[in-house]
Amino acid sequence: VTAHPHPHDRPAASVRAEALEALLTEKGLVKTTVIDGLISRYVNDVGPMNGAKIVAKAWTDGEFRERLLADGSAGVSEFGFSGPQGEHIVVVENTATTHNVVVCTLCSCYPWPLLGLPPTWYKDPAYRSRIVREPRVVLGEMGLALDPSINITVWDSSAENRYFVLPERPAGTEHLSEEDLAALVTREAMVGVAHVGAPA
Amino acid sequence: MTESVTLIDDLAVDGPSAPPRSNGELIFDFPWESRAFGMAVALAEDGAFTHADFQQALIAAIAEWDALGLPVANYRYYECWLSALEHLVHERTSTQIADIDERAENFLARPAGHDHDHDHDHDHHGHHH
Repeated sequence: VTAHPHPHDRPAASVRAEALEALLTEKGLVKTTVIDGLISRYVNDVGPMNGAKIVAKAWTDGEFRERLLADGSAGVSEFGFSGPQGEHIVVVENTATTHNVVVCTLCSCYPWPLLGLPPTWYKDPAYRSRIVREPRVVLGEMGLALDPSINITVWDSSAENRYFVLPERPAGTEHLSEEDLAALVTREAMVGVAHVGAPA
Repeated sequence: MTESVTLIDDLAVDGPSAPPRSNGELIFDFPWESRAFGMAVALAEDGAFTHADFQQALIAAIAEWDALGLPVANYRYYECWLSALEHLVHERTSTQIADIDERAENFLARPAGHDHDHDHDHDHHGHHH
């Protein structure tokens, strides 16, 4: 028997979560209905659509794009969105020669108000460590094969800065409305692990 | 919606105006993960701790997991999330970690057939690409 506490010495997380909720409810610190409502709000209402609207606007409005790249927080605030308390949103633009990809190596900092909840892979230790060391390989494994001539910049999100990728507008979308453009933009593209595909 | 310090800041959500999108991604692998998420957000919205407090606790919990040197496949983000939450609840309320474990043991001793999900051991990790 070791003197050091080990996670497996404790009951499984699933049961501890249930126990914690029971204790907190009894103490009047949380309400089950409030938790239900919060889960529903984040699962159902907040997806990557806010970010997609910003991207579509930047593609169709050059002055907005300039403002957004100069000050991401101010740019997204024009839409009524804001970053988590005290954090800056920094927008980085993909071009024909530069590709940007976002990670949080320490935990899972993520621009929630723009992209909803982070996907599972974003929180994976493998992604968090490998995307920094070998971004081209990891992106290739995720289905994004980049030409060797394209420079890759990896941005490490933190409590201070949340990065957000402005992807390249796909060819053949000149006729699309802002709304139709927004529908093309995926969360993966705004983290920088995918391109935005042309409309089907 | 409110100007209070929140774990995840209040969001301007203008409704499901766009057609449904197929992200195809499980946000929570198991129901308990969403409960742990909801508890942390609720407590933060009530001011039990700040966003920065939680973030620090989460970073510490993940670093602790990293230090165990376990296979990466065993990693479960929401277990670290729960550890961080337990730590802050212990620090900020009169709740002891032992109280949580004791209650959990009581739940585990419930008769078979009780509506409870023991599926936490399944591995649903991996890139969805």
